[in-house]
Amino acid sequence: MSTLVYINSTNGISKSALEVVTYAKKLGRDVIAVTTGSADDSTLSVLGEYGANKVLIDRSVTSDDAQQLTRVIATAVEATGSDTVIFSHDLVAKTVAPRLSVRLKAGLISGAIDIPSGDTIKVNVFSGKAFGNVKVSSDKKIISLLPNSLQPETGGSACSVEDFDGEAGKATIKVLGTKKPDGDIPLPEAELVVSAGRGLKGPENWGIVEDLAKSLGAATACSRPVADIGWRPHHEHVGQTGVAIRPNLYIAAGISGAIQHLAGVNGSKVIVVINTDPEAPFFKAADYGIIGDAFEVLPSLTEAVKKFKASN
Amino acid sequence: MKILVCISKSPDTTSKIAFIDGDSKFDENGVQYIVNPYDEWYALVRGLELKEANGGTVTICTVGQAADDAIMRKALAIGADDAVRIDTEATDAYFVAMQIAAYAKDGGYDLILTGKETINYNGSQVGGMLAEALDLPFVSLASKLDINGSTATIEREVQGGVQTAELDLPAVISCAKGMAEQRIPNMRGIMAARTKPLNIIPAADVLHLTSFENYDLPAAKSVCKMIDPENMDELVELLHNEAKVI
Repeated sequence: MSTLVYINSTNGISKSALEVVTYAKKLGRDVIAVTTGSADDSTLSVLGEYGANKVLIDRSVTSDDAQQLTRVIATAVEATGSDTVIFSHDLVAKTVAPRLSVRLKAGLISGAIDIPSGDTIKVNVFSGKAFGNVKVSSDKKIISLLPNSLQPETGGSACSVEDFDGEAGKATIKVLGTKKPDGDIPLPEAELVVSAGRGLKGPENWGIVEDLAKSLGAATACSRPVADIGWRPHHEHVGQTGVAIRPNLYIAAGISGAIQHLAGVNGSKVIVVINTDPEAPFFKAADYGIIGDAFEVLPSLTEAVKKFKASN
Repeated sequence: MKILVCISKSPDTTSKIAFIDGDSKFDENGVQYIVNPYDEWYALVRGLELKEANGGTVTICTVGQAADDAIMRKALAIGADDAVRIDTEATDAYFVAMQIAAYAKDGGYDLILTGKETINYNGSQVGGMLAEALDLPFVSLASKLDINGSTATIEREVQGGVQTAELDLPAVISCAKGMAEQRIPNMRGIMAARTKPLNIIPAADVLHLTSFENYDLPAAKSVCKMIDPENMDELVELLHNEAKVI
């Protein structure tokens, strides 16, 4: 038996791809990665360093059509005799993993945050307010791992890359175009996030948030009211009805910390809260707190970070 | 055009999350159930907008028991034409998707909409499972949806940007923020909802593949360390040496 890992290599090998290979390696069996698209062999062979024994690539299709991708992965499951398939819980997985679950009659565990413990796997539920331990009753299973749930580990060496015919069939989705986003770092994958809320008073004041994010190499995020009134784009909204994230560092300025916002960020390893109101509920969820005006604290934090970066 | 919107219940977003029976069951005591926000704000409202523009009907569907009729009436008050409740306790996403598939396969629906996920289980599973069971194209997390004849044009987030794509109906689409704005039901809608058809149909014989054995709550944070706003060098030093995150 082996473990099959799906890798989205559309834009090269992302950190979340290394995370899922590391995760699969920890299950203790051969790890076979399957991907589609046009990545070259040398890019893909790097997965061997993280524990993959082999990479299969079907170059006849992209990752855009869920039905094609489901067929390719199902063919790879059969060809490799795998009983477990691992995804990173990203936009492709949210489309393909449920389809594959029905096709293979394999129980799907979405939003896993840890390796299996006994016969259960821990997942995020209630939008980060709790964890559930899920058991699968089918022979095959699919695990969709939340990004940033474990650190990639190296130890192996480059592996072989083989062309693979996944019998993709025909596409039903026709792509007309793709717009690049404003930020460089996709929010769910970001390790460092700087976020701000209504305390910033208006969209014209976001420069100080962006400056801090830039100095740290962080992604920017916002609270729900800020996205709803159009100060910031919807995809930056973190919280119960926005994106749930689990970065290493979450810095929140001018956000009071309503329960719905906390739900989306309390998986963060370290939380820094900046607020003028010492009674803001967010301080109860924070590791470090600063009672102060974001308009003064953010620029001086940016300066301190720059000074630190320059001396390290 | 026949539109089916799949509805799930979820605890109100302000609910305190707790568990009973040895942490094996969600504590419903004092919990107010609502229509899952993604199902209501985006899937249902966009479905209604498409019906208003193109004609047709919007049917809502849930898998649940008699207590769930209240959220179905709410969705009818917002404007759905009729409702279907598949009469059984919802277990896992596979079970729910197979129940809806059994109902929808002969329903002649042109478009099936779901929310991108529920706010209680966050799985993003039912839409894709339903699409596979019905052998239909599926787009998840669409932030925009337009219909022109039998073609749907969608926008969705993909790795590295926002993609515009086309697909033929019938199709299943899961709906995310950006697609529509929340509608508050008015008194006329609430009155009309009382007499709209709510059909209760028996469940199909399907399995579930996963189960929640038990739940944990996150460990409470230790005390928040307060930093002098005049001393950001200290914060940077702590983030580097103590928290080791930069």
